Order: sequence, then structure tokens, then C-alpha cells
Amino acid sequence: MALSKGRSALLGFVAAAALAGCAQNGGETESASASQPSSSRERYTPPEDPYPSTYRPYGGVPTAITGATVFDGEGGRIENGTVVLVDGRIQAVGGPDTPIPEGATRIDGAGRWVTPGVIDVHSHLGDYPSPGVDAHSDGNEMTNPVRPEVWAEHSVWPQDPGFSRALANGGITTLQILPGSANLFGGRGVTLRNVPARTMQAMRFPGAPRGLKLACGENPKRVYGNRNTMPSTRMGNVAVMRSTWQRAIEYRERRARDPNTARDLQMDTLVEAMDGDILIHNHCYRADEMAIMLDMAREFGFRISTFHHAVESYKIADLLRENGTCSAMWADWWGFKMEAYDAVNENIPLVHNAGACAIVHSDDANGIQRLNQEAAKALADGRRMGIDIPDEVAWRWLAINPAQALGIQEQTGSLRPGKRADVVLWNGNPFSAYTRPQQVWIDGALLHDMNNPQLRPVSDFELGQPGEGDVK
Amino acid sequence: MKALGLLLAGVAALAATPAVAQTIAITGGRVVVGDGSPPIDGGTVVIRNGRVVAAGAGVNVPAGATTVDASGKWVTPGLVAGFSRIGLTEVDAVDETNDISANNSPFNAAIDVVPAINPQSASIAVNRAAGITRAVVSPGTGRSIFAGQGAVIDLGGDMEPITRPRLFQFIELGETGAEDAGGSRAAAHVMLRNALREARDLRPGAGRGAGPNDPHIQADARRSEDVLLTRFDAAALVPVLQGRQLLLVHVERASDLLQTLALREEFPNLRLVLIGATEGWRVADRIAAARVPVIANALNDLPSTFEQLAATQSNVGRMRAAGVNVALGMINDDETRQIRLLTQYAGNLVGIGRVPGHTGLSWDEAFASLSAHPAEAIGLADEIGSLRPGRRADVVIWDGDPLELATGVDAVWIDGVQQDLTNRQTRLRDRYRQPQEGALPHAYDPR
Repeated sequence: MALSKGRSALLGFVAAAALAGCAQNGGETESASASQPSSSRERYTPPEDPYPSTYRPYGGVPTAITGATVFDGEGGRIENGTVVLVDGRIQAVGGPDTPIPEGATRIDGAGRWVTPGVIDVHSHLGDYPSPGVDAHSDGNEMTNPVRPEVWAEHSVWPQDPGFSRALANGGITTLQILPGSANLFGGRGVTLRNVPARTMQAMRFPGAPRGLKLACGENPKRVYGNRNTMPSTRMGNVAVMRSTWQRAIEYRERRARDPNTARDLQMDTLVEAMDGDILIHNHCYRADEMAIMLDMAREFGFRISTFHHAVESYKIADLLRENGTCSAMWADWWGFKMEAYDAVNENIPLVHNAGACAIVHSDDANGIQRLNQEAAKALADGRRMGIDIPDEVAWRWLAINPAQALGIQEQTGSLRPGKRADVVLWNGNPFSAYTRPQQVWIDGALLHDMNNPQLRPVSDFELGQPGEGDVK
Repeated sequence: MKALGLLLAGVAALAATPAVAQTIAITGGRVVVGDGSPPIDGGTVVIRNGRVVAAGAGVNVPAGATTVDASGKWVTPGLVAGFSRIGLTEVDAVDETNDISANNSPFNAAIDVVPAINPQSASIAVNRAAGITRAVVSPGTGRSIFAGQGAVIDLGGDMEPITRPRLFQFIELGETGAEDAGGSRAAAHVMLRNALREARDLRPGAGRGAGPNDPHIQADARRSEDVLLTRFDAAALVPVLQGRQLLLVHVERASDLLQTLALREEFPNLRLVLIGATEGWRVADRIAAARVPVIANALNDLPSTFEQLAATQSNVGRMRAAGVNVALGMINDDETRQIRLLTQYAGNLVGIGRVPGHTGLSWDEAFASLSAHPAEAIGLADEIGSLRPGRRADVVIWDGDPLELATGVDAVWIDGVQQDLTNRQTRLRDRYRQPQEGALPHAYDPR
């Protein structure tokens, strides 16, 4: 008997990212990762990105949505707002007097909401695609607890029907695919544009830093402990992690002294993470373990971007604020495993209220279709305990906060002029169960329209199958 | 007339007090009867002796009744989870606390979940606080297609959870059933037919009475030596064969649904209920014609297995439009802990009605899929699932539309007893409202 969601959560996937790429995009070269540490002669030089993005925007027509309620993704709200998309970018956001370019397609947004596209920092689409058969189980390289050399992007199957569900039902425009959490070092994660494509590279977000997935807690110690290998305990988890980081420090020094030192693909990932070119995404449920990871980060000189799942972040929200570490959380998942036993419905608003960075994540092919609804539940639970966060501020949990966690906040994550035109028009209040994405734009290209069956993507897998092209 | 202030917290004392002698009138709210009829504004709900006396407009408040003012609130029957495994685990992944299935048991159909249900499980209190008051609780299969006998329970805070023991037998006949039976769907069907024939051939011992189960397990009951089932398992299938116990069958694929309906050609007395039925919309007319109810997952829309290739969130709406009695439940989802999500799921089925090409549910039908429809599917519509007179007094007051995401539960009665809505989660929340320690660690916080 299978409890599918419970089972996937047991191997709860968390992954890591890789280095940034350079890509030709519509004639312009987009720079690599946002922040480059200062160069010095001793600096380790990451190899050129060997799997560069080939993503290209699909193009669109100048479009103006008028009369809508606008959440800008950074906490701002405009009633009777206008949003103008031109050449794949946000051109203007404002009130009813916002200038609209001649010839722009006008969309009446009265009674509707406009938001930036939803960003999921934690997905396994493509790595654990549908159908979930053994032949598709590509998210956990469960052969050694230390596997920083694997890259989630090399498992991504672009034909996973889950991508289009996330687009049409969830308004997801950007998502990070992470390896699972069976390993302490799960490998690199990759950030994707949510566009149908033949190859992973054609989905890769140009210039987005890769991630590195680390995992605390039950999963690594269970998987390897059951084989009578290390780690079999939480202290074993920490010991193996520390030994590995120490090796990375020594490797970095050797490579700096002698560039002819043989490359070690495991260590490359860790060094790039220490240098900040790869952002660390740490699967960690319990408050006490997160605190240990923060100390470990200081010990070895790395920075944790985000704790994922983080069901006990509410217990240490002050510590997370002080460390500037985000928490990517579910609204109400709980109890499927021991380290999820202390979950509370108010985790997200409690973290937010303490001044720490809160993110709503899915880790799930169904949950990713309803991240707006997950935020709505958490928001309401917070209000019932007296934490009164405005709707437009809560939208940060789905927009600028995950963008920052992924290092792409200059490119997307809010409706700021000049940013990528990743936009969702909702057919009502997106915090209602009765609301769906009406239209979704990615880089200004209209890729979903609920009124147009031609804009209902069908993956190769679904062709010729029962239900092909159906509403989903 | 006494007035009872409605309190979110602080009902703990009340919860321990059986309200059987009490008459309670809940007035002024928007009343949802739960049978698919539209909400009634300014309605009154009267409960007495643990049963509903009346609900609707123009209902008089009896003299001496305790009144609860529900102005601006919604008043509905407690929700019924059409399929679940609640109360059978504390922490799913902690094997010692997980009583769903028994892979190493020599028994299968004879297994009865009743001794395993723990009314003190944290999940019972958490889901009660979200307005779920009754649940169908099923075991899961081990190494047979027969999981055993499931029950209907209430989610009350007492030690008497069982509403109906052994209401049904649960079996798997799709991909899981094929695996359970040794590797193929064909083997699963043979296993089922053989078992029902062994049950048919079982004869009570000489001179015994015709009680529901006992005669068939007497030591002198005659049996062929050519049998596969234990005597106890075969006896457990006698009421299934005779149509005195429901047979809940988990199948998803369209062809599996039709094969299940066809079982009645050989065993005409089977009272079938289809569980899952993700591809039900493709054969909805056949299910409707067979008059077999369905308890479905609400929102499956991915081909997550090869038996769910045609999954769409319109499945429930299309089956309902074809005349199938559809209720909502959860299987292979989070049915041990999260049946509280059913309100969100039902709300989504309302929402898709505004999307061209989709078939959703009206609000009234969506609510009924969590109240009267599951009760009807399991033959308990006279007892639970609505506020019609005579039903058990399971009542919920909500602070808004029960299917909306922002709505919370203000009060819950089960069998007329007001329930405590605090639980581990609310206690942890309150402890860490301010995460920093005070003069002493949180472990010393006043309780």
C-alpha cells in the first residue's frame, strides 16, 4: 500500500545549485551570477559553465492590463492599477493614468488581480516526473551521503506534465529543481523558466546561480544507517558534513597554489558554494538542527541562503532574522515523519512577523499548483492569532523573497519596470479557493490563457493518451 | 432563555459535559443543511439529546434552550471525510505508531480497524478543529488484496470513537491490487473470486444460530480442505457476499472501474462503492447506470501513475453531471492527517466552474460532497451528514464560507457535545508567539 505523498516526503528532496551561466539571449549577453567575489590571484576560478542556458523568450505583443488590483510582489498594492508589458519587460506599473503605448493590446482587469509570476524555490518536477514509475526516479543519488558532484539539471525530463500544470493552475513562471534529501550533500539545483522545451538547457534561467542542496536530520541518517554506514545518527550527519567542508577548504588552497591540481568535481561544487557563486539550500526541519547548521556555516565560511521545509522555524525566528537566512515552508504539512511533528499552521506568519524572510514552497507536484492558496491559508491563520499582514505584503512569500533566495531578484520576482515580464492575471482574488490564473506571461510571452484551448500546453508524454489536451 | 457566549478557547470544561439533556439553539447564522440545498440566511438550528431537532428558517427556539448567537457566521453539519485513515497513525513514518497495514499478518479480510483506532491521536484533534466530525476509516492492504474491515468514526474528544464498526470491507483491484495479488490484475480478480466462493461455500456449524458472523467460525463448521483463506478471513467475507456489508474497491483506471462493476454479474448481492476513480469521467454513464456511488480524490490532475493517465480536476464534476453520486475522500494522499484539506479541495471544484472547458460543482453540491453525499455513499444518510431532523447533532460554526481558505472554525459539536478545539499545534503556536525565552525557558510557561 502506498501513501504517495507521505512516501515522497520521506525522501524529501532538497538540492543544491550550480554555478551561473552565460547565455546569449535575444542578442544580449546576460551576465553570470549576480555577485562575484572580488578577484585575487589566489582566488579559485570556477570552470566555464559546460551546460549553458539556451533559453529564449518566446516574444509577445505590447500589452496593458488595466483596472486591476495589483500586488507588485515587494509588498506594494495598487487599486485600479495598470501594468504595461513591452518587449518582454515590465515597462510601467501604476494607477489609471499610466501611459499606455499606442497599439498595445488592452486587457480589462476589472475585478481581477495582477501579480508577478509565482516562484517555487523547491520543486522536483522533471527529476521525479509523472508518471512516478521507478524508471523516472531520478532525484536522489543514494549511493553515498556526499554527492555534491551530481546536478539536478542532468535528471530533468522536460516532458514532465507537471510543468504545465504548475503554469496553468499555479501561475508558476520560475522554479528551482533540487535533488532529494537522502544525501547530506545532495548535489546542485537548477533554476528554470517554466516554459515547455525539448531540453533542460532551453528552460535554464539565464544567469541564475545554481544551488547546492544540503540535508539535515532523519533522511540521510536513515538511508545510510540502514546500510550500517555513516551517518547513522544526527551527530554522524554533522561529522560527515564537517569532514567534507574541511576537504573543500584544503582543495581550494591546493588549487590556488597549483592550478594543475587535478579537478575534483565534488569539491568544485563546494568551493563555488563557499565563494557564494552557488547558493546553499538546506533541507532542515528542526530548530535545533538549523542552529547547528548556522554555526557550521560560520566554522567553514559558507552562507546558507534558505532552510527548506523548516517546520520549526517559528521556534527560532529571531535567530533566522539575525542570520539573514530565509525559511521556505509549507502552510500546514505536518506529522508525516518525526521531525515534522511540531509543525504549526502559523509557521509562515510567525517567521515573517519576527522580521525574518519567509517563503512558501511546494516540494510537491500538486502543491506547486496552489502555492497562492497555501499562502492564503497561512495568512488567515496568522490573522486569527493577531498577526495582521496585508495581502500585498504576504505576496512577497511567493515573489521577491524566493527570488532573493535564488539570487534572481534583479531579474524577476516583482513588477518593477525593467524586470522580466513574468506576470499572472488572476480571475479573482488569488487568495480565494475560487480563483484561477486567467493568463500567464513569461518574459512577456502569453503562455497560458484559460479562455484559449490553443494555449494549453500538452507534453509529449500526454500526446495520444486518454485526456490529451483536456482541461486539467 | 439562557445565553451562552461563544468562545473559541475555554470550551474544554464544556467538552467533558455530555449535552444530552441540553437543548441548544444556534440562531442568526447562514445555515447550510448539507443535503445540496442552498444556504438559508438567518436560520436557526436546534439540537437536543444529541440529535438535530430542526434547522432552517422560521424554526422556533424552544423555551429553556441555551442560545448561541451565530449572526454573521455560517452554521453547517460537521463534515464527513468519505475516505481516510485517520486515527490509525500518530506519525506515519514511525512504524510503531502506524497501524494502517499489516504486511506480515497471516490474516487479511478478517482484520478489523476498530481496536487500532486511537481517539487521542493528535490528528483527530487537529482535524476536529477544522470542522471534520466524522470519517470513514479504512485499513490498507498488506500482502493480499483484502485490507480488512473499516469503520466510521467520530472525531470527538472522548474515548468512544466508533460510529459504525465493520461497516465495509476494503480491497485493492488496480495497480496496488495487482502487486498485492502477486503481480497482475488478472491474479487480483482471481484472488477476489476465489475468496468470495470460499465465503459462499462456508456453512455454519450444525445447529448454530444465524448470527452475523459467529456461526461461520465455529470449530465444527464444515469446510473443504481445498481452501486458501483462513476460516476467519472467509467468514469475514460472508456479509460482503450477502450484501450486508459494503465492499469498497480502490480502482482508478477506466477499464478497472468497468471490471469492478462487472463483479455483480457473478456476485449480484455485492454493495459496491468505488474509491479513487480518477478516470471515472470516461465511464461516468456506466457508473451512473450501475447506481454505484463513488468516493473520489478531488483534484488529481496528473498522470502520476499509468492508471491515472486521464486525470483532470473536472472528474468529479463530470461524474456528478452524468448522475453519479460522488463524495470526496482522500486516498494515497494525506489521508492519515490532512482530511481537513477537503474544504479547500471542494472550494477548488467550485472555482474551476469559471474556467472554460472545466466542469466543476455548484457551491451547494461541493459542500454536499463533504456532508450528505459521503453519508449516502456508505448508507448512513439517516444518521450523519446533514442537519435534517433526527440526524446526530454534529454542528460547526464557521467565521465565513466553509470552503474558503481564510475561514476558521469557531465551534464544533459532536453528538450534541461541544468540543475542545485546542491541540498540540495550537499549544505550540501559543508557546512560541514570542520565540525568545523569558525569565525562564518556555518549558516553564504558565499553562
